[in-house]
Amino acid sequence: MKRTLFLPLAIFVVLCGAFLGQILRMTRGEMPNDIPTVMIDRDAPAFDLPSPVADRPGADIAALKGKVVLVNFFASWCVPCRSEHRLLSTLSDKVELVGLVYRDSPEATRRYLEQLGNPYGAIGMVEADSRTAIDFGLTGVPESYLIDRQGHIRYAWKRPFTAEEIAGKLLPLVKELSR
Amino acid sequence: MIPEAGHFALIVALFVALIQASLPLIGAQRGDRGLMELARAGAYAQFLLIATSFGALEWCYITSDFSVANVVENSHVTKPLLYKISGVWGNHEGSMLLWVLILSLYGAAVALFGGNLPPALRARALSVQAMISLGFLLFILFTSNPFARVDPAPLSGNGLNPLLQDPGLAFHPPFLYLGYVGFSMAFSFAIAALIEGRVDAAWARWVRPWTLAAWCALTLGIAMGSWWAYYTLGWGGWWYWDPVENASFMPWLAGTALLHSAIVVEKRNALRGWTILLAILTFSLSLLGTFLVRSGVLTSVHSFASDPARGVFVLCLLAICTGGSLTLFGLRAPVLQGGGLFAPISREGALLINNVLLSTAAGTVLLGTLYPLLADVLDLGKLSVGPPFFNAVFLPLMVPMVLLMALGPFLHWKRGDLAGALGRLKFVFAVAVIAAIAGWLLAGGSSGPLWAAGGILLSAWLIFGSLLEWAERVRLKAGFWRRAINTPRAAHGMTIAHLGLGIVIAGIVGSTAWKTELIRVMHPGEAVDLAGYHLVLDGVDPNVRGPNYEAMRATFTVSQGGKAVTVMHPEKRLYDQPRRPTTDAAIRTNLLGDLYVVIGDPAPDGGYVARLYYNPLAPWIFLGAGVLVLGGLVSLSDRRFRVGAPLRVARGAAAKGALS
Repeated sequence: MKRTLFLPLAIFVVLCGAFLGQILRMTRGEMPNDIPTVMIDRDAPAFDLPSPVADRPGADIAALKGKVVLVNFFASWCVPCRSEHRLLSTLSDKVELVGLVYRDSPEATRRYLEQLGNPYGAIGMVEADSRTAIDFGLTGVPESYLIDRQGHIRYAWKRPFTAEEIAGKLLPLVKELSR
Repeated sequence: MIPEAGHFALIVALFVALIQASLPLIGAQRGDRGLMELARAGAYAQFLLIATSFGALEWCYITSDFSVANVVENSHVTKPLLYKISGVWGNHEGSMLLWVLILSLYGAAVALFGGNLPPALRARALSVQAMISLGFLLFILFTSNPFARVDPAPLSGNGLNPLLQDPGLAFHPPFLYLGYVGFSMAFSFAIAALIEGRVDAAWARWVRPWTLAAWCALTLGIAMGSWWAYYTLGWGGWWYWDPVENASFMPWLAGTALLHSAIVVEKRNALRGWTILLAILTFSLSLLGTFLVRSGVLTSVHSFASDPARGVFVLCLLAICTGGSLTLFGLRAPVLQGGGLFAPISREGALLINNVLLSTAAGTVLLGTLYPLLADVLDLGKLSVGPPFFNAVFLPLMVPMVLLMALGPFLHWKRGDLAGALGRLKFVFAVAVIAAIAGWLLAGGSSGPLWAAGGILLSAWLIFGSLLEWAERVRLKAGFWRRAINTPRAAHGMTIAHLGLGIVIAGIVGSTAWKTELIRVMHPGEAVDLAGYHLVLDGVDPNVRGPNYEAMRATFTVSQGGKAVTVMHPEKRLYDQPRRPTTDAAIRTNLLGDLYVVIGDPAPDGGYVARLYYNPLAPWIFLGAGVLVLGGLVSLSDRRFRVGAPLRVARGAAAKGALS
C-alpha cells in the first residue's frame, strides 16, 4: 500500500473539517459575510450634535466622558429600528443611552419619539453629510456601539438588538465596564 | 393532485435508486446477468419517474398553481411564459430537481447507448450513478421538497428576481448542470473500474465521449453565464473570480485535464491511475461547487440560499461520495500502476505537462476560493481573495500552457522530434510576432499596455500553430478533400477547439487592455466622443411600459466620421413583482468590439449619469467559447465514439490491456 495514494484523501478530509467548522459557526449565528468592525478598542469618534427635541440635550461626546455609553443609530423611516425600540426602552436605566438620528428630519424624529416613547438620555441629529456616521463606519441602521469610560469603543452590534443579545452579551459587558 | 403525483414519483424514484444501487453490484460480483440487467431497467425507470416529477413541477409553474409554496415564492401570474418555465430551476428546490433529472438522463443514456459495454462494467457504473441519485433524492425529499403546499393559497406569487428574467440566464443552469452532472459519468466509470481493478484503452474510449459531452455543456453554460453578466449587470465586465464563478470553473479545468489524460490512456495505456483520480476529482469539484453555492459558507456577490441545515446534508453527501471514492482510490490504485514507457519529448509528454498545468490551475483556483473560509475558521481574520490574486497566479500557468498547446500536436506519440516541430513552427512564430505588432499598433500603440502585445502574440501563436498543424495533416497526401474527410473527426475537433481558445485569449486581452470607459453626467442634447464614435444623448423617456416592468429609456444616436451608425436604447427598469430595479445595457457590436452604453439615475440638475464603454474584441470571448464547444461536438461525432464502433476495437484492446 502506497501512502502517497492517500494524499488526496487527506487533503479532502482537512477541507471537510474546515467546511464543518464553518457550518458550525453559522449555526451559532456567525455568518461568513459579517465583517467585524475595525473600530473595536479605538477611540470613539468625536461628535457634538444638536437635539431634535426640547426635553433632551443634544449628543455631545465631551459631556459623556467618564460614563459607559451605548450609542444607537436610528431613523424614523427605518422599520427594524421600530421593532428594536421596545428593547431599547428596557435599557435606559442600565446604561447611558445616546440616540443618533441618521438621515432624517427633526419633525419626523419628534413624531417617532412621541409615538413610541423616548428612551434616549441624549439625542443628536447626524450632520447632513453624515460625517459622524462615516466616522463610526456605519453600514446601516439600526446599529449600536458601546463606549467605555475612557472613550474607547468596546462593542458593536450591526443589526437590530434581540433580547438574547442584550441579556447575553450587552448587559454583562456594561456591568463589567461600569465597575 | 398533480403536485402530489410529482412528489410520489420522486419517492418511488428513491426506492428504484435503492435497488439500482445495490442489486446490480451484487450481480456483477457474482456474474449474475439477471441482477446486472436490473441496472438498465432501473436507469430507465428512474428517468421516467424523475421526468414525471419535473413535469409536475413545470405544470404547477405554467398553470400558476399558487397552492404550491415553491410557485408562490418564485412565480407570478404576469410573468412571461418563458420565465414561468425557467422559473422552475431559478430557485433551490427546483434546481435540485433539475440536477437529479439530468443525472437520471445520463443514466438512461448509458442504458440506451451502452449496449456494447461489458455487462459488469455497465452494471457497476449504473449502480454508482444510482448511489449519487439516492443521495440527492434523499436531500430533496428531506430538506428541499419542491411540492410543499400552502393553505390558504395566495392570489399571486412573489415573482422571480428580475435579473434572472433573461433568455441567457433561462438556459444557463440547464447547460451548467448538463456539465456538472455529466462528469458523474466519468466518476461512475472510474469507480466501476476501481472495483474491477482494470483500466485500459477500451475503458478510456467509453469514458471519453461522456466527458466530452459534459465538457461541451459546461463550457457553454459558463460562457452563457459570463455573457449574461456582461450584458445585464451593466458593469462592462464578464468575469469576477467570484466563488460561484470559480465553483463552475474548477470542474471545467479538471474536466479539460481529464479529456486530455484520457487520450493518453487510450493511445499509450499510460497515466491510468492519474486519469482515474482526475475523474474522481472532476466530479468532486462539481459536488463541491454545489456545496459552496447551497450552504452559504462563502461570501459571494451571488445571492445564496444560505441554510446551514442543507449545508450539512450536502457536506455529508460530499464526504461520502468523495471521501469514499478517494479511499477506494488509495486502496485500489496500486493495481493500476505501470503502463507504457514515457519519453519526455513526445505527444504524451506534452499532454502530461498540459495535465500538470491544468490541475495546478484548478488547485490554485480552489485555494483562492477557499482561503477566506480557511482564514475565517482558523480565526485569522476576515479577508477576501479577488482578481489580483487570481490574475497573478493564473497567468504564469496559462502562458506556458498556451505556448505548449501549439507545439504539442506537432509531436508524435512515443518519440517526438522537438527540433523538427520547432522548425515548422518558426514560420508561425514570425506570423504571430507580426500579428502582435500589428494588433498593438492598430489599438493605438503606446497608448495601450505593452503586455497586450504579448497576449496577442500568444493568441496568434495558438491560432496559427493550430491551423498549420491542421493544414499539414490534410495536405500530406494527394487529394485535399479525401484527406480532410478521412482525418479522424477528433483531430478536426482538436484544431477547432484550440482555435477557439486562441480566439478567447484574444478577446480577453483586447477587452482588458484596450477598454475605454467614460462615466459622466449627460444632459439631453449633449454629445461625447468615445473610441472614434460620436454619441449624442437625444433624450430620455421616463415612462416606457414593458410586459412586466416600467422603464426609463434613453436614446443615443451614434455616428462615426459623420455617418450615422446606429441608435441605442439603454434602459433602467423597475419590475412590478418583485419591485426591483435592473439596468439594461445597450450593446452595439461590429464583431471587432462592443460599444456598451448604460444609463443611470437622474442627477439633480436634470442630467443623467451615463456610463459608456468601448470593449475591443469582447465579442471574441463568447464567439471563441462557441468555437470551443463546436470543437468538442465535432470531436464527439468521431466514429470511434459512435454506437457499435468501439466494440471491434475494444475486444482486442481489452485483451491486451488486462492488468496485474
